[in-house]
Amino acid sequence: MAEFRLPSNSRVQQGKTHKAPASAVNVRRFAVYRYDPDSGNNPRVDTYEVDLDQCGPMVLDALIKIKNEIDSTLTFRRSCREGICGSCAMNIDGGNTLACTQAIEDIGGDIKIYPLPHMPVIKDLVPDLTNFYAQYASIKPWLQTRTPAPPDSERLQSKDDQELIDSPSACILCACCSTSCPSYWWNSDRYLGPAALLASYRWLVDTRDEATGERLDELEDPFRLYRCHTIMNCTNACPKDLNPARAIGEIKQMIALRRL
Amino acid sequence: MSLQSPLRRVMGLGSAKEGAGHWWAQRLTAIALVPLGLWFVFSVLGLDHGQYELVRAWIADPAHAILLLLLILALLYHSCLGLQVVIEDYVHGATKVATLISVQFAHVLVAVSSIYAIIVVSVGAGT
Repeated sequence: MAEFRLPSNSRVQQGKTHKAPASAVNVRRFAVYRYDPDSGNNPRVDTYEVDLDQCGPMVLDALIKIKNEIDSTLTFRRSCREGICGSCAMNIDGGNTLACTQAIEDIGGDIKIYPLPHMPVIKDLVPDLTNFYAQYASIKPWLQTRTPAPPDSERLQSKDDQELIDSPSACILCACCSTSCPSYWWNSDRYLGPAALLASYRWLVDTRDEATGERLDELEDPFRLYRCHTIMNCTNACPKDLNPARAIGEIKQMIALRRL
Repeated sequence: MSLQSPLRRVMGLGSAKEGAGHWWAQRLTAIALVPLGLWFVFSVLGLDHGQYELVRAWIADPAHAILLLLLILALLYHSCLGLQVVIEDYVHGATKVATLISVQFAHVLVAVSSIYAIIVVSVGAGT
């Protein structure tokens, strides 16, 4: 059955509070999920008071400040700090987004930071994305053709053709969408999830690709594709303003059209 | 611990190459249920329920009997498809197949009983 309560060794406990220095004026509290698999203890939420006058504007700036100055054991992924690498995806203030593009001032009250939901946690804010990446690999995210490439030029595309793939190819695989989807929470072993389906859509509408039928054959499955119930959390969560829900709807339409 | 590669686990038993029929039927029955449902609700509201013979005569009208049969078929087919999805979503493990089978049997039983009842009442065999 679906799990409506966390297993007993995953229930989150109250952790430590790290006070701001007395001189700090502009203080915000960050409640951060902590889990250390080596300790054998349950996860806990530690609270860090951060002086925003001495901190950059984004949630990632605060996390880096906490790690540098308050608690070096805090673990999270980050790289580009400008919303293009997708490493710092996490659950901030109840929604999945990138810590580097989420402004602190846009959040009211204490800032609650958890790892991406319903994924195995490796440590603190670092989820295990092995299954997510394998799902991406399973849709064969590369150009498949039978026509040989022209000997002296690229495979050509019109400007309109290129526009079809502009938006879906802007996906950075941060996993915000898939891990916000209840269908993915309950059936991520068999449902591909919005990110992998959006990636597949990107090749389905690519006018140079010649494997459309085979791609649709592989997707047409009660679990791989049709577990999507158009909940649209994916589109809501996407930090790049993409629309995986619409892409999935269009894949379902393609499959319906080829039967009619 | 399994030493399978993550890709092997994701590929599983492969694509079932179906699901479109289910998706299409669910939408067709949903569309059909809009007029049928409205017709049924307003017709039943307009009937005087205290009068048994009046209700019998209403069902005995061939047009009403046919619409009732269509409503029952569309409703139960739609409900069966919908519940199947709910079970696939939430029930995992050994009970899943048993639950799916009982739900499908229950729907067929209710459908056949309803059809029998409508026919009996409309042609008057059951007096």
